[in-house]
Amino acid sequence: MTPKSFQQIDKFARDLPKEVRATVYDGSKSTSEKRYDSIWRDYPETADVLRETAGKVKQHTLEHLDQYLEQAEKSLTAAGAKVHFASTGDRANEIALKLMQERGVKKMVKSKSMVTEETHLVPYLEKAGIECVETDLGEFIVQIDHDHPSHIVKPIMHKNRRQIAKSFEREGLGDYNDDPETITRRARVHLRKKYFEADCGVTGANFVSAESGRMVLITNEGNARFCMAATKLHIAIIGIEKLVPRDQDLSLFLNLIGRSGTGQQLTVYQQFINGPKTPGQPDGPEEMHVIFVDNKRTEVLASECKEILRCIRCGACLNVCPIYRQASGHAYRSVYPGPVGAVLSPLLAGDKFPELADLPKASSLCGACNEVCPVNIPIPDLLLCLRDKGKREGAKNASAGTPPMGMYAMMASQPSAWKAAMRLGYAVNITPQAMMNVVPAAQAWTSVRQLPKWRGGKFRDWMGEHDKDAK
Amino acid sequence: MNTLDRQVPASKSIQLMATCLCDAFFDDVAKATVQVLEWAGCNVEFPEGQTCCGQPAFNAGDWKASRQVVRHVMDVFQGEKPVVVPSGSCAAMGFHGALLEFEKEPDLPQVKQLASRTWELTDYLVNGLGIEKIPGKVSARVSFHRSCHSRGTCTGPSAVKLLSSIEGIELLPFGEQEQCCGFGGAFSVSFPNISKKMGELKIEHVLADNPDILASVDMGCLLHLGGIIDKSGREIPRKHVAQIIRDALVEAGEIKE
Repeated sequence: MTPKSFQQIDKFARDLPKEVRATVYDGSKSTSEKRYDSIWRDYPETADVLRETAGKVKQHTLEHLDQYLEQAEKSLTAAGAKVHFASTGDRANEIALKLMQERGVKKMVKSKSMVTEETHLVPYLEKAGIECVETDLGEFIVQIDHDHPSHIVKPIMHKNRRQIAKSFEREGLGDYNDDPETITRRARVHLRKKYFEADCGVTGANFVSAESGRMVLITNEGNARFCMAATKLHIAIIGIEKLVPRDQDLSLFLNLIGRSGTGQQLTVYQQFINGPKTPGQPDGPEEMHVIFVDNKRTEVLASECKEILRCIRCGACLNVCPIYRQASGHAYRSVYPGPVGAVLSPLLAGDKFPELADLPKASSLCGACNEVCPVNIPIPDLLLCLRDKGKREGAKNASAGTPPMGMYAMMASQPSAWKAAMRLGYAVNITPQAMMNVVPAAQAWTSVRQLPKWRGGKFRDWMGEHDKDAK
Repeated sequence: MNTLDRQVPASKSIQLMATCLCDAFFDDVAKATVQVLEWAGCNVEFPEGQTCCGQPAFNAGDWKASRQVVRHVMDVFQGEKPVVVPSGSCAAMGFHGALLEFEKEPDLPQVKQLASRTWELTDYLVNGLGIEKIPGKVSARVSFHRSCHSRGTCTGPSAVKLLSSIEGIELLPFGEQEQCCGFGGAFSVSFPNISKKMGELKIEHVLADNPDILASVDMGCLLHLGGIIDKSGREIPRKHVAQIIRDALVEAGEIKE
């Protein structure tokens, strides 16, 4: 019997095509295994020390974020960049558009950035008549399919190469061919042209050193470099939590992010950007603008879940999560899926928290996410905090399918009621299944599993006899 | 998981928290726990007023209800003696979960006091009492499911140490051993489809080795996994680690059945 679903994510997982589930499962499992091998092979004694240290560095940065932002602004300005602050996603988009319009930008190329997913930058710019091209291969495929990323590092985790080959064929990028190398070469030829045509390159940033204003961008395809090679204007849109205090901290984070995200010792390209093109430099954008985006991050910083802002977007928690593996990223109905998304998305939703209050419920609290997190975020604790918040705020979709706890608490704090319940429980042994199913939680349990025989109070009886014998 | 520094207890007088699952379904697990602890020289006290650790409401997100239960637990388990519980998850509720939900409560110090003396059974045997070897023989190929609430605690290594010290036991490594079984308390009923898929996956991996026993230190995991196994008509005997230790001690003639 297929169990009834009460929760949207459970329903989504139930209805997920087998093929998609297999793709997501295999992809996340193998990436998780690569992560494990690379981190424990190279740091057999200290892998966890590195994670804990990185967590402390990030936590420290968050706790002094006002100072570090000020310092970063100064350093960036000194390096020749212009710094903007955007309190909301919309504001960030407006600033970006204005910069482009003032310079007559018609075409923009962009590297992968989660914060621009959050602000919906591309649809906003397209509406204003600017052609936008995603140049990360995964994001490019998402764009031509009018789809959404289902993973923060591997946006097309949910697609297999046959589907991608069909999309390429449809878009006139050659005849059907599902060989990954052919697909990549075709995308490369197509995108090369776009880089030359573009007037503006948009990127995110993985880290920004407050000390020097040095910005770090990591990719495996080198597309972020290309976005900045032929364009005159570089706009970097960056969440305010991306800061680290010093350049030397970058060694720690670069060692962790590749291993955690993809099992690579280092990603293929690490780009250190220190302002716009200087005189004598052969290429590079003449202007560099950095837009620091708040978009509810300061609210998160003030909440009891501020640790989530340590996140460096490596995706390790998604890959290891047994719920993500079964449900896939789209089940989370938000930009950030998986364990990190189950914490971050409801928080970034602000007033719309109740709409996503079910996300923190989508966890067995197994703790695997915390174990792999390169910045040691106690994700299960944060999920629990948000469950409590959902309950206090009466979010209906959070409580769906969860048995009410009032009666339990009453019984469990009164021994006489508890003991009586232990005796009454024997009724379960003779209750026909059909009657059990009247209670939704019982139906959900028994549709999947058998219940063992009730033996309430037997231990207490034995213990009583045992104590008597001892005397 | 952050855990408090615990003091190794001076006295072998302990309070047993039997757990609600043993109270309702698995009396033999609680009985085995008493037998093993007494063999180890402990004086086992069973506070009669005990009910549940408060975890169901805690995980369900009803912290107000959970705190009500934890306050009852504090009432029942007073004093300085170690509180020993044959469950990694109930123990973690005591030394970790309760601290979280009492962070802003006036009685946090009392919760901390209880947390600092709460021990999972195998952790207590190994790190509290210094036991390294269980006498006796149990001829069995055992798949040990390390329950998730033991992640980051001393429970997993302790249980493995004790099991592998028993003559005749072969511990079987199985696929995706670190993965959750899909129980997760209220998760098992509010996300039944995902929970079932996770359980099936675990069972497939375990069955691939055709073990004699599927063992755990958490009856929650075994309630869920056992329930799926039984419903599908397959057969794998399940045992709590305490029961296996007890069986070894009986075989060795150290204790009576």
